[in-house]
Amino acid sequence: MEGLQIVVCGSLVPDPLQTLEPVINPTGPGLKNETMLPSVLDPWASHSLYEAANLAKQVAGSKVFLVSLGPKAKLQQLMMTVAQKAPFELVAVDGSASGFTDAMDVAKTLAAAIEAIPGLDKGKMLLFGGCSSASRDAGVTMQLVGEQLGITDQFVGVDEIKMQDDGSFSVLERIEGGQYLASTCPSMPAVLAWATGSLPEPPNNPQIGMANMRCVMPALQKAKPASIGVGGISFEKTEIPAQKRDTRIVKDVSADEIAAELVEWIKG
Amino acid sequence: MSEIERMKMEADIVCVGFGPSTAGFLTTLTRALLNEDGTPAFESKAMPGMPLQIMCYERADDIGFGVSGVVTKATSIKASFPDKDLTAEIPNSVIAGTEKVAYLFDHLGASQRDPGTKFVDAVFRGGHFFMGKGPEAAELPWIPPFLRKEDGLVMSMGSFMSWAGSQLMGSGLVQIWPGTPVSEPIFEDDKVVGVRLADQGVDLQGNPDPATFMPGMDIHAPLVVVGDGPVGAVGRKLDEHFGLPEGNHQHDWAVGMKAVVELPEKCKLEPGTVIHTLGYPEQEIFGFMYVYPDRTASLGIFVPSWFDSPVRTTYTYLQHWMQHPYIWQHVEGGKMRSWGAKSLQESGVRGEPHLTGEGYVRIGEGSGTTNVLTNSGVDEAWHSGVLLAEGVIELLKEGKPFTKENLDATYVKRRRADKLNDDLQKAKRARDGFQDGFFKGMMGTGMTGMTNGVVNVSSNSRPPAHRIKTLKETYAGRISEEKLAEAVAQCAKDKQPLHDALMILAGWPEIKMDGELLMSHQDVLLKGGKVQAVGGFADHVTFAHPELCETCEERTCIEICSAQAIMPGEEGEPPEFDREKCIHCGACIWSCSKALPDYPEKANIVFSAGSGGLHSNEN
Repeated sequence: MEGLQIVVCGSLVPDPLQTLEPVINPTGPGLKNETMLPSVLDPWASHSLYEAANLAKQVAGSKVFLVSLGPKAKLQQLMMTVAQKAPFELVAVDGSASGFTDAMDVAKTLAAAIEAIPGLDKGKMLLFGGCSSASRDAGVTMQLVGEQLGITDQFVGVDEIKMQDDGSFSVLERIEGGQYLASTCPSMPAVLAWATGSLPEPPNNPQIGMANMRCVMPALQKAKPASIGVGGISFEKTEIPAQKRDTRIVKDVSADEIAAELVEWIKG
Repeated sequence: MSEIERMKMEADIVCVGFGPSTAGFLTTLTRALLNEDGTPAFESKAMPGMPLQIMCYERADDIGFGVSGVVTKATSIKASFPDKDLTAEIPNSVIAGTEKVAYLFDHLGASQRDPGTKFVDAVFRGGHFFMGKGPEAAELPWIPPFLRKEDGLVMSMGSFMSWAGSQLMGSGLVQIWPGTPVSEPIFEDDKVVGVRLADQGVDLQGNPDPATFMPGMDIHAPLVVVGDGPVGAVGRKLDEHFGLPEGNHQHDWAVGMKAVVELPEKCKLEPGTVIHTLGYPEQEIFGFMYVYPDRTASLGIFVPSWFDSPVRTTYTYLQHWMQHPYIWQHVEGGKMRSWGAKSLQESGVRGEPHLTGEGYVRIGEGSGTTNVLTNSGVDEAWHSGVLLAEGVIELLKEGKPFTKENLDATYVKRRRADKLNDDLQKAKRARDGFQDGFFKGMMGTGMTGMTNGVVNVSSNSRPPAHRIKTLKETYAGRISEEKLAEAVAQCAKDKQPLHDALMILAGWPEIKMDGELLMSHQDVLLKGGKVQAVGGFADHVTFAHPELCETCEERTCIEICSAQAIMPGEEGEPPEFDREKCIHCGACIWSCSKALPDYPEKANIVFSAGSGGLHSNEN
């Protein structure tokens, strides 16, 4: 089999381990101190990147592109961690990654960046990304990118891909009830919007980082600005999921009494 | 493990640790790396045809994680950015404004005060008519010039380091790799030829897992810049190899623990307000509160190595200190946003190691830049990096190699001729008195400060392991031997640290948790970026002679542990270490009471390079 060309769409989200405080900025909804919050690669996209790297390793001559739409300065900092995880070539687009953007705008921007990758044979491409996002999540971005690129074989909530020697492949997609839908696809191109996959986060490998960095800095330098999240869309209302931490430290109370109180609380 | 085949990589300059000193070094260096036409000024020797390859490896998961709130004169930092409005660019920064030094009385009567302190208590209580008043406190009417930070900056070090790091990375001239602990320098005889990264894919004992083992890579470079702080693995291994210069020692330490608190609406303190406290919760423990913009503040305490009590639990003392009426009036009803701790090398220039050797150089706190008179270290660390960069640029321009001789003639010469060195020399003996207690220490600092280091008090310095008291000595006259033994036995049985039981027996009230500001030690690990460590690394805290632990009653490593990462193990066994909770403050290193039989300057804790730790850049 010829080497694979895997394009992974993935960008940054605020590090979920931080204290994230939603605020309304003059430009729309956001997080307190958002520009200074540390970022991580969107966990859903991370899974797809690790799966892509793993697949590329199995098929000689394969190449992984990471297409990232995010603020340039933040992407640069993020790459110092991500670039150590897996070999890829970065395609950077400078724009908002806040999640408060229109999925179609994002998809068009990503599709245009993919179209512009020199030497990429789109007819043989595997287009990877997360089926969801740890930031605000429309759940349709990968499908729309595929649509823009004319790729009609699309799989969402993927946990596994197995390549055959003839270029066909089988895919496991998560469906309701904890079950999988197994599909086979005779050929590429295809869109795979990944769920969690099955691979752990790879260790930081400085040598991979060094190799990636030769492409990362030039890619960042030539990142084109995208007018994402600027006009065209406004958010009437935002809500975060109700979350209440109600820790109480009690003393001299029997387990039965605590249990009774919990039962009352559950009953609401 | 020398038989392991390791990958090797070549670079031109490799830096260990990304703290203020390395940031100062790289900020100054990168500005000289391009010609005016944008072409590289120097060619890489490691990769001919490429620009200079400069690497920096940082243990924390991102740059700016796990450092501290600070007030600094920022002289050198400001000089590095003459065209920038720093407080406008750096989040959580503000010009230092009102400064107060408050002496806190022990309103609970629970602290242990020696006669000298009782005398000071009486003087300050009586002196209220000429001193500023606070609830259960006296504000000093005058702050000596050496302590003032007027027109300096109040900053979150995390925010500052993130900002400085992004400026550097934006230049594209250096690579700063977080999440990459460096385990040791690579020696060829007495020459340092590079550094070795920590092994990954190993179990907690360091044994390789055949499926995932990735031996730490060797990074070879003609110049290794060691800026990994006072408890960094590389700096400490250099000290083990070369020893300290004659007459120098690193006996004085402190752990600084602080919280970033969202202040209640009722709090009227202006951003930039700086409060320092002394006298409470123990006479040896100092406190601070720096007010950031947007109703937040960084506040905390320092527990020094000369606080001889083994029950020195910083977190518990922090909670008691916060509740002192003088502080509580400002923070009651506030919310904990984030939290952290760090060891400070308080010997200052007395602890200066050999600054240079063949192929390596030391900068920052681990190189003895902390000024122990002005209690200032960040700007000094930054400046040592700036001075090194100037020296390195000179050597690069002249095409000279990074030999000890050349580094001495450039970097060390600059450092010795700089005001930094004058100030450090003046401060050299400022803390000596504390070796003999709080009262003599305060006298000594005052004398050193007022005479510019001409008149100092003398004392005999001892390594910390030699001065930690036994539990019996600590609580003599306060807790009966019977009750003490009973509590120790119960704690061992429950696998709990001693401090809750013993401090309550000694008269401290129980902390009433509110879940917002006063929370359990375990809960605080989740605040402002959950403490964590990725898997695949070995335990970085171990015990050199586990049998010494078996005879240890006070187990100060457990008591001091900032994150409850070291906890009692099975009875008779050494303490247990949980690497996923460790915040790498390194306080266990100098709080172990068991000196090594063959090397009495060192105690029984082995603190190696490890990953993870604090996960917040707000600190």
